[in-house]
Amino acid sequence: MAVCIAVIAKENYPLYIRSVPTQNELKFHYTVHTSLDVVEEKISAVGKAMADQRELYLGLLYPTEDYKVYGYVTNSKVKFVIVVDSSNTSLRDNEIRSMFRKLHNSFTDVMCNPFYNPGDTIQSKAFDGMVSAMMVQAS
Amino acid sequence: MADDVLFEFLHMEMVSHIYKEQASRGEMDKDRATCVSALEGMGFRVGQGLIERFTKDSPSFKDDLDIMKFICKDFWINVFRKQIDNLRTNHQGTYVLQDNKFSLLTQLSSGKQYLEEAPKYLAYSCGLVRGALSNLGMDCVVTAEVSPMPSCKFQVVIQKI
Repeated sequence: MAVCIAVIAKENYPLYIRSVPTQNELKFHYTVHTSLDVVEEKISAVGKAMADQRELYLGLLYPTEDYKVYGYVTNSKVKFVIVVDSSNTSLRDNEIRSMFRKLHNSFTDVMCNPFYNPGDTIQSKAFDGMVSAMMVQAS
Repeated sequence: MADDVLFEFLHMEMVSHIYKEQASRGEMDKDRATCVSALEGMGFRVGQGLIERFTKDSPSFKDDLDIMKFICKDFWINVFRKQIDNLRTNHQGTYVLQDNKFSLLTQLSSGKQYLEEAPKYLAYSCGLVRGALSNLGMDCVVTAEVSPMPSCKFQVVIQKI
């Protein structure tokens, strides 16, 4: 269960950012912002490495004392960032991958919606619903 | 069945609709440019959405040439049901994609007849390629020229700032 989910555009501004409302949202915004540097580093690092199959899933970006941050980048350079609680019984890699898969599928659907202009913030209710299902239930 | 021609008919209708609209508003002079831009704009937005769907499962691209090869093979097959027949490059940002039997032109003629009407039917596809490339991170200008129909060449020039 994620604590914060963010979708960041190619030009590095947020298209969509949602966090568990009871907590300090600004802290999450800041965490996501700093994680962008790590994402950039991973993208360019893989570029210089061997010309193997490069994955879209970037894995654990960095752990802080409370949270772990995971990243994923699409072929159109849109980045997804998921922040999960460290105290949570560690989510397996597969579960994180499947969360990113769902995010990517919903994002593709948003992209194909004729009422959506690429570059705008995401307003789709369907996307909201899918993200809410992945977030920690606020008690 | 008749699935293949659905898009071709829709495309022909689209082109004639845009031109009819402009004609009914008078001012025949600046018509051609605005119609072509409208069609290209449509193709651009569709290209962006399509690319998002097609590249969902494939790994990242190594470089520009890799991206162009993807366009020539997978993208073209998915949209026009065949591959690009010839890809040429000068390795300095210009690519020429040649399709010898472009599916949107096959029904028009197979020679020089209607040559001057052909560009209208290529505007949407140029936009499609431009949208696809822009979503993959390559800003470019796409133009098309028709040799004896139904073969045509799309020229992609990458804009380097």
